[in-house]
Amino acid sequence: MQLSEQLARHEAKMRALFAEFETLARQVETFGRRSFLKLAGITGGGLVLAFKLEAQASGAQANAAGSPDLNAFVRIAPDDSVTLFSKSPEIGQGIKTAFGLIIAEELDADWKKVKVEQAPVKPKVYGYMGAGGSTSIPRGWDQLRQAGAAARFMLVSAAAKQWNVPASELSASASVVTHKASGRKATYGELAQAAAALPVPDAATLKLKNRADYTLLGKRYTGVDNKKIVTGQPLFGVDVQLPGMLISNYVMCPAAGGKVKSANLDEIKKMPGVVDAFVLEGTEDLTEVKPGVAIVAKSTWEAFKAKAALKVEWDESNASKDSLTQLAAKAKELARKLPAPATNVGDVDTAFASAGKVVEAEYDYAMIGHQHLEPQNATAWWHDGVMEIWSPSQGSDRGLADVAKMLKLSEDKMIVHQTRAGGGFGRRLMNDYMFQAAAIAMKVNAPVKLQWKREDDFAQDFFRAGGFHYLKGAVGTDGKLSAIQTHSVGFSADGTHSVMGSGRSNNSFPTDMAPNTRHAITLLPLLTPCGPWRGPTDNVQWFASGSFLHELSVAAGRDYVEFLLEWVNRPRAAGREPGQGADGRPAPTPDLSRVFNAARASGVVKMAAEKSGWGKKLPAGRGLGIAFAFGYGGHVADAVELSVDANKHITIHKITAVADIGPIVNIGGAENQLQCGVLDALSAAMYEEIGVEQGRVQQTNFHQYPILRMRSAPPVDPYFIQSDFRPAGLGEPSVLALAAALGNAIFAATGTRVRTMPLSRAGYTI
Amino acid sequence: MAFLLNINRKATTVDVPADMPLLWVLRDVLNMKGSKYGCGIGICGSCTVLMDGRPVRSCTTPVSKATGKIVTIEGLAEEGELHPVQQAWIDLDVAQCGYCQGGQILGATALLKEHPKPTDEQIDEAMNGILCRCGAYKRIRAAIHQVAEPQTKAEGAIHAAE
Repeated sequence: MQLSEQLARHEAKMRALFAEFETLARQVETFGRRSFLKLAGITGGGLVLAFKLEAQASGAQANAAGSPDLNAFVRIAPDDSVTLFSKSPEIGQGIKTAFGLIIAEELDADWKKVKVEQAPVKPKVYGYMGAGGSTSIPRGWDQLRQAGAAARFMLVSAAAKQWNVPASELSASASVVTHKASGRKATYGELAQAAAALPVPDAATLKLKNRADYTLLGKRYTGVDNKKIVTGQPLFGVDVQLPGMLISNYVMCPAAGGKVKSANLDEIKKMPGVVDAFVLEGTEDLTEVKPGVAIVAKSTWEAFKAKAALKVEWDESNASKDSLTQLAAKAKELARKLPAPATNVGDVDTAFASAGKVVEAEYDYAMIGHQHLEPQNATAWWHDGVMEIWSPSQGSDRGLADVAKMLKLSEDKMIVHQTRAGGGFGRRLMNDYMFQAAAIAMKVNAPVKLQWKREDDFAQDFFRAGGFHYLKGAVGTDGKLSAIQTHSVGFSADGTHSVMGSGRSNNSFPTDMAPNTRHAITLLPLLTPCGPWRGPTDNVQWFASGSFLHELSVAAGRDYVEFLLEWVNRPRAAGREPGQGADGRPAPTPDLSRVFNAARASGVVKMAAEKSGWGKKLPAGRGLGIAFAFGYGGHVADAVELSVDANKHITIHKITAVADIGPIVNIGGAENQLQCGVLDALSAAMYEEIGVEQGRVQQTNFHQYPILRMRSAPPVDPYFIQSDFRPAGLGEPSVLALAAALGNAIFAATGTRVRTMPLSRAGYTI
Repeated sequence: MAFLLNINRKATTVDVPADMPLLWVLRDVLNMKGSKYGCGIGICGSCTVLMDGRPVRSCTTPVSKATGKIVTIEGLAEEGELHPVQQAWIDLDVAQCGYCQGGQILGATALLKEHPKPTDEQIDEAMNGILCRCGAYKRIRAAIHQVAEPQTKAEGAIHAAE
């Protein structure tokens, strides 16, 4: 299969995945609609509340309580301990702590008695188990609360029965049920056995708490695995150790699409510690097994030494010959040659002709990589007709199904364990290391851990594409935004669709961003594999959009916060905000929580302005920049205050970051994530750039790809506006607004506009 | 070849190639997974261990050169008692993904031994070599200051069960 066809298939899969993320995050995943709660087997006594999805219910009668594919969300033991199961991968976003808290809130559990365990990867039981698109919290929100509420209902009912009083006279708090009138009390542990004998309530009838009644959510909690982290206990994919386990490295062509012609396998097999070396033909799918050479050794060091000695002759007849230098030159040449517009609203030409001011600008941004700190890995063990895998993936649930297909195994012959992941940032939505480990394990009579080198992570990433925008905008003689014309020059694998991250986003450049708009797209062919990077597409497009809106406000002589508030409250195309009330604020129903909302947008802009001291007198040489962004259900605004010296060295004095993502589960975790997301965006904006020549990635390790360090990390003050909207996640929204705020601050300080990322291209350092 | 190592206050003998980095001796031979592989060329700091109290990169330290007293993240707590730096890391909920934090904690421990009340500049100097890809630098800094001046301890967060 041609490389372009393989890439097109990968891109189509990723588009479908993100469309599914967004569609399903807008739906309420509950037990009432698609599944039912059930008592699971009682081991060691106590209450074990499990559930199964309705799709599987036909076979459920055959599953007696305690059958292995019933899984618990909640387990309450007679010793009063509460065990909750987290179904999403923990990649550093704090989901394991957050999911535990959401269940514990409705359960009215004593958090000090709660343990949270990673659920086994069983998508047929748990439903969606991935982490991506900032959808874990919105998708789990109702389901998890129902699980907690159902268990609480049963415990209270058990007490009511024992004391022969109506359940309505009982209250529950911190794992204790109390009958106020008689002063009787019982712990959850004491009630668990009796509760387990009661029928499970219909989840749809359970009343969930209002935000005002929360006793756990919204406070500051430490992570449930903190002690293990600080004492170096094994948690991550790379930490998996099995008896007799071997270590493998997989050597792939440095240019995507290359195949093995020949390799010095005999020589390699004689090296110390090497157990085997063999060629895998690959599966014609870049996200599965690319063609390559597997080295299997007794230790990681011996595998890496063998890799260094391996000589492969590659067949590159079907491989990428991409040159990003040439593509950038081509894009620049095409930027001002507009093709027929993809969308056209109003009359842009008349608006330009009658404008008070017209501004034209070209923005561009580089390709970047993920480089989470734990290199790709997975451990696979083929035994007893079963493929057992340990993986730090963001999508082990899809990995289970897809690896089963590759191996032609039924899914019940797959056992997948989710490990903690040392970062993800979107890279681990591709499961290539799972497939590779499984394919290698099929040929090795032992458990085998696949361990990539850092250099492999650089060469074999799925990158965030670079891009170019030629923008033209007008403000009327009244100082108001009247027209925007955009031409996005991006990249495509199939000639029709932009690769992820490229092209144009309707969040950053909406068709109704001005009364008159015209958007055009040009796509250049690209054979370098791309994929989702934190806040896909919007992560860079808000840089261009938010900077350009600032340019227009400057041209109009307007205050930018005033201009921005006018912009977020602009008349919007019909149908964008269904059910919008007279005050412009939609009712907080699930379907509207992820939609752009002018009131929420105004809220974050105003708070960022207030907290950063917008309008204050700054010392000479200092500048304050502000920017707004919306995406992945989150409304965010950042303000950056900085100085720039004569050598273009930037000192950031303070970053103010504001987010409205609905109610906050763990304020400590949310603050950490917002601060870290802003710094990730700062790192990408300042330094990060991947070069590709002759299809080969030019950077091999961190010395050629600097990432923000302690000395350059400015203070970030996080703020949240909480509301009764359903919660959004934070991993994606937190990175969206920083780059434009940074560029706008540099302009405020120096009068120089930055229109390229990373800023190191324009000579800036931090 | 046989090498006699002193790891976490215990003498340990390993039979490995002389060029095997200490990191892989720890991880693959001794099954101590706390020291992490990040870059393999000594510039990310995830593999940091203490040798005679100084932070060293175990990924570029051949076992033959690992002749000092080595403390890994697994050995920082003595007799079940967490080191104050570890406790501060828990209390301030420093970690995001947590992968680099063993190296960060050991780097901070060495810094605090040399400068019990480090300035921000001294923290930058000592910690700049240890990359946190998630960017948890603000809390790393705050945790170091908290160990140095425990009386400034902020209102505690709620801890999970152990």
